[in-house]
Amino acid sequence: MTAVDEIKIGGMGANRRRVEDDRFIRGRGNYVDDIVLPGMLHMEILRSPLAHARITSIDASKAWEIPGVRLVLTGEMMASRNLAWMPTLSYDTQAVLATDKVRFQGQEVAAVVADDPYIAKDACEAIVVEYEPLPPIVNPTQALAEGAPVIRDDKENQHDNVTFDWEVGDRDGTDRAFAEADVVSKISMHYPRSHPSPIECCGSIADFDRSTSKLTVYMTSQAPHIIRAAVALVAELPEHMIRIVSPDLGGGFGNKVPVYPGYVISILASILLEQPVKWIEDKTGNLISTGFGRDVYLEGELALRQDGRILGVRMHTVSDHGAFFSDAQPSKFKIGLMHSAFACYDIPAAHLTARGVYTNKAPGGVAYRCSFRVTEAMYFQERMVQAAADDLGMDQAEFRRVNLVRDDDFPHRTPFGFLTDSGQYGKCLDIGLAAIDYEGFLKAKEEAKAKGRLLGIGISTMTEPLGAGNSREYDILGIKMFDSAELRVHMTGKAILRTGAKTQGQGHETTWAQIVAHELGIPAEDITVEEGDTDTAPFGMGTYASRSTPVAGAAVAMVSRKIKAKARKLAAHLLEVSEEDVEWELGRFYVRSAPDQGVTIQECAMAAYSNMPDGMEPGLENNAYYDPPNLTWPFACYIVTVEVDPGTGVWDVLDVVAVDDCGVRINPMIVEGQIMGGLTEAYAMASMQFITFDAEGNCIGSNYMDYLLPTAWETPGFQLHEVVTPCPHHPIGAKGIGECATVGGPAAFVNAVMDALKGTGVRNIDMPLLPDRVYGAIQTGQDVSGAPPVKTGS
Amino acid sequence: MTSLFTEISPEPEHGVATRRVTITVNGERKAAEIEPRLLLAHLLRQGLGLTGTHTGCDTTNCGACTVLFDGVPLKSCTMLAVQADGHEVTTIEGLATASELSPVQEGFKQEHGLQCGFCTPGMMMTATALLAENPDPTEDEVRWALSGNLCRCTGYQNIVKAVLWAAAKQRGEAVETDDGSVP
Repeated sequence: MTAVDEIKIGGMGANRRRVEDDRFIRGRGNYVDDIVLPGMLHMEILRSPLAHARITSIDASKAWEIPGVRLVLTGEMMASRNLAWMPTLSYDTQAVLATDKVRFQGQEVAAVVADDPYIAKDACEAIVVEYEPLPPIVNPTQALAEGAPVIRDDKENQHDNVTFDWEVGDRDGTDRAFAEADVVSKISMHYPRSHPSPIECCGSIADFDRSTSKLTVYMTSQAPHIIRAAVALVAELPEHMIRIVSPDLGGGFGNKVPVYPGYVISILASILLEQPVKWIEDKTGNLISTGFGRDVYLEGELALRQDGRILGVRMHTVSDHGAFFSDAQPSKFKIGLMHSAFACYDIPAAHLTARGVYTNKAPGGVAYRCSFRVTEAMYFQERMVQAAADDLGMDQAEFRRVNLVRDDDFPHRTPFGFLTDSGQYGKCLDIGLAAIDYEGFLKAKEEAKAKGRLLGIGISTMTEPLGAGNSREYDILGIKMFDSAELRVHMTGKAILRTGAKTQGQGHETTWAQIVAHELGIPAEDITVEEGDTDTAPFGMGTYASRSTPVAGAAVAMVSRKIKAKARKLAAHLLEVSEEDVEWELGRFYVRSAPDQGVTIQECAMAAYSNMPDGMEPGLENNAYYDPPNLTWPFACYIVTVEVDPGTGVWDVLDVVAVDDCGVRINPMIVEGQIMGGLTEAYAMASMQFITFDAEGNCIGSNYMDYLLPTAWETPGFQLHEVVTPCPHHPIGAKGIGECATVGGPAAFVNAVMDALKGTGVRNIDMPLLPDRVYGAIQTGQDVSGAPPVKTGS
Repeated sequence: MTSLFTEISPEPEHGVATRRVTITVNGERKAAEIEPRLLLAHLLRQGLGLTGTHTGCDTTNCGACTVLFDGVPLKSCTMLAVQADGHEVTTIEGLATASELSPVQEGFKQEHGLQCGFCTPGMMMTATALLAENPDPTEDEVRWALSGNLCRCTGYQNIVKAVLWAAAKQRGEAVETDDGSVP
């Protein structure tokens, strides 16, 4: 006998086809809206049409009269149960149903529960709400202006619209670096609001069972255990009587991390009515009221030496959080991990100041396919880098090469104090440049220019911190950011694995089994993977911030190793040798001196239930809680070429090359799927995802007719390359990958267009690079920077 | 049959006039008393329990609700169910037989053409209609045909590959089926 073939059993490195696909391709997924419970009622939310207004009266009498209406809830009724407000995952509070005033368009004002969703919608329209309009504040300039109305007058001690002021880095050292600089490169820009917009909207079914006092909530949550904790705190229900089930999720992208008022209202409604209550948001509700991302203004400066070295970096950000600071945020870091900027470059000094403000917009700042503001950090970084290279008159690839951290410099302390551990940055850049034929393209660009055609090439190189946390530094509401796995090996060698993560398309049901197969030699197809049910899954912080593989995936490896340690004892018992004389090869223990005498992992499993040695606890199951020693730091180099039509401002993508180093790849097929999805969102943000607010605070882009998402027709093709630098502290050497392309990608597209415009005097156009903006910039030679996307009048 | 639809249209309490419709869904004739305002997507999902047809955007943009209506792809979230009276509707549940997947379904799994799975039924219905009309499409023809269906996960490249795989399989050509898992 010999070891089993790892690829054949669907272990690490196998392009194992996904097991979850078997239900999805048959239309047998189980999303929240697919669940029907006996006696289930339907809830609809009435939302505010105004961005800022005092509620003077709510008359729901007409709604109550409609046959089939079971309950109408208003803020006043929530307040009488101490549920009008709830804590957010960022130490702020958020209105569940408005009592005093509405603070953004789309805010929840009342809710109706009825026999069917059509009746609930009818009844919402029958509710009469009178408002006294207040001046709307739709950008930080207005929010910080002298005499601006205080949006959060509900909060004691809140006398202005500042959410936080925060600072990190070395102010004095950075000042010295700028004093020594040959050139100071400055740039201002706005990373606009964007909505993650999974195709499936948010929803919940709350089912309070009076006979057991147990509350079961099926909901669209990327982090069901955090929700359970939040419900225990908000609804004051005992935690063991709360079961949160996150079934199949139709995408998440950070949108399904926060606690939304609709969840809370459906829970109260079910408790009051003692019937299951289903709430399914419509698309407009989702787009105007749930977790927006981004909306950060930057003033950035780089201190440069004439030879191209970056001596120091200064950043000042102002972020628009909307009316409630409700995204999940580690408590130590107010502007998330913005200070991960420039982590891939060797820069001696850096300083960041950050201010957050409230405005009359939907809650913002959710980590849209990124780790706590990393997307903004890397976008700003790579736009600043390109502008600096241009200011120095230096080739942008060469400028990066001069400043990138070298392979022998690890572990490396980043400019703002993170510790990176591994990477081959220069190699990734070289592969990318070769793949795009950099020299050839520069030549073609010059030739095209002579004919009046504008070609451009954009590069984005970055490493980002993925896999929060370690528990020393990362928490959500004080809960430390570790994760977990529980593995039960049955007597026939089949197994069930549960983790504290929650897949939303990442393919955990497939890949977690591959890790177990790698560790234990049990074929992946013999392992069931379950997630998302807080009654059965071990406690975990869920899936976002590319943390599944770095944290829960590590826990899967660690629990497998615990199982293997016990199996080794069983093997020694079966082989009648001492444990020290037992060797392991994949799937099998054998006697060191007699390799043909061995037992398989399956035989060990059977022995755990039928033939254990005296004194050994029966069974073969265990769990592992994994607290990572550090974040993982994947590296990426994205290169994009474009052609801009100067006559229309339309730009076409010619080629996209992606070189990703996410360490060891568990399932390369799935990794590539993640990268292509991320690149598409990067292209979307750079080109068309435009959702903003007018001067009255009306959300412009509140449906898919106005909020454009790229289709198969516009989306370019992608050429992918890989470099593998294993993560030194991760049990299987893996690093996060799900968000790299969304984080690093946008700058590559924008840099390419800006490169094409080089010589026109235009240094920056804020995303999305809509043709009218590009055309206008070319015509006027002026930047389109930092201005609110829609003119706000005088 | 009427009782199936009480959840959607408890007409006795309402006094809303209902209409009787007969629709052939996945080859079976179904009759129902429904409110005229009931959307086809809701009839399929809540009334018939065919939850593979998803509703994503409510405005005919995302295509998650795509079904075949007399063989032609149609977004069922903005069609009234009464308009389907006397017509044939095929949903994702009608693509496979009990034992065999359709080439499009196989292709999506083989080429990793789905991640969260929410847009997938609509994508596959559109792809099925394309291949019925054009058994040997180019990549551009596939991209154009799918441009009424949004996907937020995959970036489309693998969806396109999945459809081309299905086309080849449907034409009887040899296709790669090694799935890397246990043989």
